[in-house]
Amino acid sequence: MLKFKPLASAALLVASGLAALATAPAAFAQAKEQFFPVLVYRTGAYAPNGVPFANGYVDYLKLVNAKGGINGVKISFEECETGYATDKGVECYERLKGKGATVFQPLSTGITFALTEKAPIDKIPLITAGYGRSESADGGVFKWNFPLAGTYWVAADVLVQNIGQKEGGLDKLKGKKIALVYHDSPYGKEPIPLLTERSKQLGFELQLLPVTAPGVEQKSTWLQVRQNKPDYVLLWGWGVMNSTALKEAQATGYPREKMYGVWWSGAEPDVKDVGEGAKGYNALAMQHGAGRSKVHTEVLKLVHEKGQGTGPAEEVGTVLYTRGLMSAMLGVEGVKRAQERYGKGKVMTGEQVRWGLENLALDQAKLDALGFAGVMRPISTSCADHMGANWARVHTWSGKAWQFSSDWIEADAQILKPMVKAAADKYAAEKKLTRRTPEDCQS
Amino acid sequence: MLYRENGQFKTSYRADQQIFPIRQDRVVIVAFLALAFVVIPGLASEYMLRAILVPFLILSLAAIGLNILVGYCGQISLGTGAFMAIGAYAAYNFNVRIEGMPLLLSLVMGGVCSTAVGVLFGIPSLRIKGLYLAVATLAAQFFTDWAFLRIKWFTNDSSSGSVNVSGLQILGWHIDTPADKYLFCLGLVCVCALMAKNLVRGHIGREWMAMRDMDVAAAVIGIRPVYAKLSAFAVSSFFVGIAGALWGFVHLGSWEPAAFSIDRSFQLLFMVIIGGLGSIMGSFFGAAFIIVLPIVLDNLPYWFGIPVDTALASHLTNMVFGALIVFFLVVEPHGLARLWSTAKEKLRLWPFPH
Repeated sequence: MLKFKPLASAALLVASGLAALATAPAAFAQAKEQFFPVLVYRTGAYAPNGVPFANGYVDYLKLVNAKGGINGVKISFEECETGYATDKGVECYERLKGKGATVFQPLSTGITFALTEKAPIDKIPLITAGYGRSESADGGVFKWNFPLAGTYWVAADVLVQNIGQKEGGLDKLKGKKIALVYHDSPYGKEPIPLLTERSKQLGFELQLLPVTAPGVEQKSTWLQVRQNKPDYVLLWGWGVMNSTALKEAQATGYPREKMYGVWWSGAEPDVKDVGEGAKGYNALAMQHGAGRSKVHTEVLKLVHEKGQGTGPAEEVGTVLYTRGLMSAMLGVEGVKRAQERYGKGKVMTGEQVRWGLENLALDQAKLDALGFAGVMRPISTSCADHMGANWARVHTWSGKAWQFSSDWIEADAQILKPMVKAAADKYAAEKKLTRRTPEDCQS
Repeated sequence: MLYRENGQFKTSYRADQQIFPIRQDRVVIVAFLALAFVVIPGLASEYMLRAILVPFLILSLAAIGLNILVGYCGQISLGTGAFMAIGAYAAYNFNVRIEGMPLLLSLVMGGVCSTAVGVLFGIPSLRIKGLYLAVATLAAQFFTDWAFLRIKWFTNDSSSGSVNVSGLQILGWHIDTPADKYLFCLGLVCVCALMAKNLVRGHIGREWMAMRDMDVAAAVIGIRPVYAKLSAFAVSSFFVGIAGALWGFVHLGSWEPAAFSIDRSFQLLFMVIIGGLGSIMGSFFGAAFIIVLPIVLDNLPYWFGIPVDTALASHLTNMVFGALIVFFLVVEPHGLARLWSTAKEKLRLWPFPH
């Protein structure tokens, strides 16, 4: 016998939900506020790394508001949960773009690939600081993508150079075996072209060991590592894959000192659980590392002490938190630069912010004034170069903290420039785009 | 009172055998199609079109395909994501490698390739049934996951493994705006749904249903099991392949193999179960439930003005969603389509109690 009442109430709930959806308030841009959409993943397999980044990002936006906004323009923001899934990321993008979105930073290479198609049509710039497509550093083809502060090819090159330094010179790498344990996704496959190029040039053997996403199953990979005995292992993981890799390395007895992770594999969540077992593990530090500078003190004083902190205060100063701060800072500086041209104190559109991001000139003095002394090096972008800086350092886990173990290393532009240009040209040919004209660059 | 067939006499077999024999049904359907084709593209917001209606249409097409296999023919399949992936990548390869390939033809060829692979993975169904067949189709899912990650030819030797399509156009009509994409998907889904409905109403559909109900008895009365089961796999994979191609081309634009992972297979199976096994209408209900409801639940706190942390909102969505699934299956195990037809039955008597 069909029970009518609970059925009717359920139908009513769904119907009201759908009706509410249909009459959802039309998104209007707050005329006086700069809206920053914040794509985060606080759930799922990548949440341990996504949460501190998101907290840092939001904290910096709150800090800017506490200091009076961007030349008086307050920032409004809204978080949207993507769970690192491309379709949810696209849905968040669609939901938030109508509110006058300034810039999108998806923190996911998969979502970046999807949004790279959509952002030019919607005229919203995409900052992919330290991730995304490596060829998007070429602003002549990728007008709306900004892989500020570094791409994966820069990362791979700096790692190779650092290993070369350890060996006593790049020529000593000839005949060595380097294995790449990577997340089997566009993110993990990004460094392969550069590593292949370097292996041809320097004569080392490159072994590719993919790990199926999300990366909790790595026993067979590390057994292969044990059999092959590579001289160095490069780790290109994210989320739980990183800590699992370190635990497996410990289990199979591979020396952690010989492991080098990319900057997404070198943060506290990756090594905290493993603790002493990860001692000696090296990872890239994209510009910043762990440790506090003036900006962290300001965040603690103006945001956390007022009870506005997004996460726990102990998190301030951790690697991923600082990366969130840095990414938000780059977005805000893009708006500030756009205001210099289009009107100080006014709300900037996506197109104007794009110009701002393309003409960033953050020298050391400006960075120090913003509170990033000792954290970042100067970044300056141009029409041809949307990356702005190609320096990085290596830091090592001491068992308790991350400590810098190398100087600033610059990625070799001689190798990178032609590769980036060739890949960008290939993309342009596929999409039937033409390279931007010099006039377009000036505009 | 409203939903009576009084006075509606059929004077030809053709009229008697039509899909909607009752005039009220026909009126409602025409009005609904007019709403869908004319009113919605004009009035709906871009978000509604792009993020809700287009995925709903594409996944309901995939659900129709899976319903044919699971609901009408009784062959459990957990490899739907695989067939969507095959459709998407096949259509992509046809599109990218053949200069000037028309869009519709690449979509259809995606469906055809998916059909071929579907029949291949359907061969185990001739020997095994039920849960064991589910495991065999799961093998299809993992096999395609592996194939599209490892075999570079499928992704046109892309170094990142991610592929993209843009510049869709049919005979000069450029499918750029969300309204265009919505209309394109709507047109395709209407055509495919009509095809599916007519197939299941015909002798092929009856063969499938006979195989589902009791395959030994069906074989005894002369229905060839090989033909029935493999044709179910073939037709199902065709629709699922086209849906996969649409998902990649129209909805995502740029995708990697993870877009068609096992989560997608489960999602489609849930759509079919909740919507109603063995019902074309049920596929639409199930797709609406599974796609629209989580988005509504995600947005509900904002509409009521309650600020909720995004992680909590995401977890709440999962919990409420799960609870609703359990609730609907308890109240009506045959799915939302059965609820709908029960409602129509009661509407025939209304306002009288019996």
